[in-house]
Amino acid sequence: METPLFTYTLRLADTALILGHRLSEWVGHAPILEEDLAFGNMGLDLIGQARSLYTYAGEIEGLRRDEDALAYLRDAPAYRNLLLVEQPNGDFAATMIRQLLYAAFAHPYFGALSKSKDERLAAIAAKAVKEMAYHVRHVSEWTIRLGDGTDESHRRAQAALEELWPYTGEMFEVDRVERALIERGIAVDPATLRAIWDRTIDEVLEEATLTRPRDGFMQSGGRSGRHSEHLGFILADLQFLQRAYPGATW
Amino acid sequence: MTEKNSPLWEVFIRSRNGLAHRHVGSVHAADATMALQAARDVYTRRGEGLSIWVVPSAAITASDPADKDMMFEPTASKIYRHPTFYEVPEEVGHM
Repeated sequence: METPLFTYTLRLADTALILGHRLSEWVGHAPILEEDLAFGNMGLDLIGQARSLYTYAGEIEGLRRDEDALAYLRDAPAYRNLLLVEQPNGDFAATMIRQLLYAAFAHPYFGALSKSKDERLAAIAAKAVKEMAYHVRHVSEWTIRLGDGTDESHRRAQAALEELWPYTGEMFEVDRVERALIERGIAVDPATLRAIWDRTIDEVLEEATLTRPRDGFMQSGGRSGRHSEHLGFILADLQFLQRAYPGATW
Repeated sequence: MTEKNSPLWEVFIRSRNGLAHRHVGSVHAADATMALQAARDVYTRRGEGLSIWVVPSAAITASDPADKDMMFEPTASKIYRHPTFYEVPEEVGHM
């Protein structure tokens, strides 16, 4: 039986790990060395957040599962990440837009979580908020240059925005698990961040000469374990070693 | 990537308060804002810095290596310019 705090912490951890893994896929493939390192840096920020959150989740659960057990030995339906972060990297613009949509949310989210009544979550969030502030800064600048760059970079950035927009609604969803924690002052109510996210996104898109897509049907389900087909491929990559050679260390 | 679209920038980092910025290397970037971020991502990954300067490489005027005899050789014989003829009292400590 999962407690709400375990599920909540796991959702935060899974989202951070999967996005961190996605960014790590760029290492060695980015168009310039500078950005290769920037993706690596951002990915490591996220994986660092995931490690702290998994360790805490394991302690809450009390079944002696450590960060590795939670990351490497759960199948896709047990993962609780946002669908947004498992979407493929696509091109350079798509990765930047995905990072913008998430970071513009995660930055104020961790800011609010740093005031949580749960001290561990508050401490993890206090560290993460500085990391996410840089992600917002960096990907905003890139979005502005891609959107207001050449015809091709504009077209690709706008296409990525349209493609990923239906995955933004899930960030603001609250289910029963979280409602109870919000009422106890532990979890963050994402509704309180909507205006901040809107403002960040609108400012960047305007300067980037990109058009904000209209809110329509929003994809949902990742945080309850219903994923797109992409997550299985990510986990195959991520978990192969521990699945093939259980307990392997080096 | 062309030099025109993504010119070179020299990166200077100050590692602690009270020290001067030191040249650490260079990055390619389209403009100053991106150069600063690239410098942060490339050169401060291990806590190396508290402050970064980036300068367009094209803004630097360099001495010509061919001039090195004229420029630097004459100083070699002027040992009296080195402040090594004074005895520093112990109490002064590190200067």
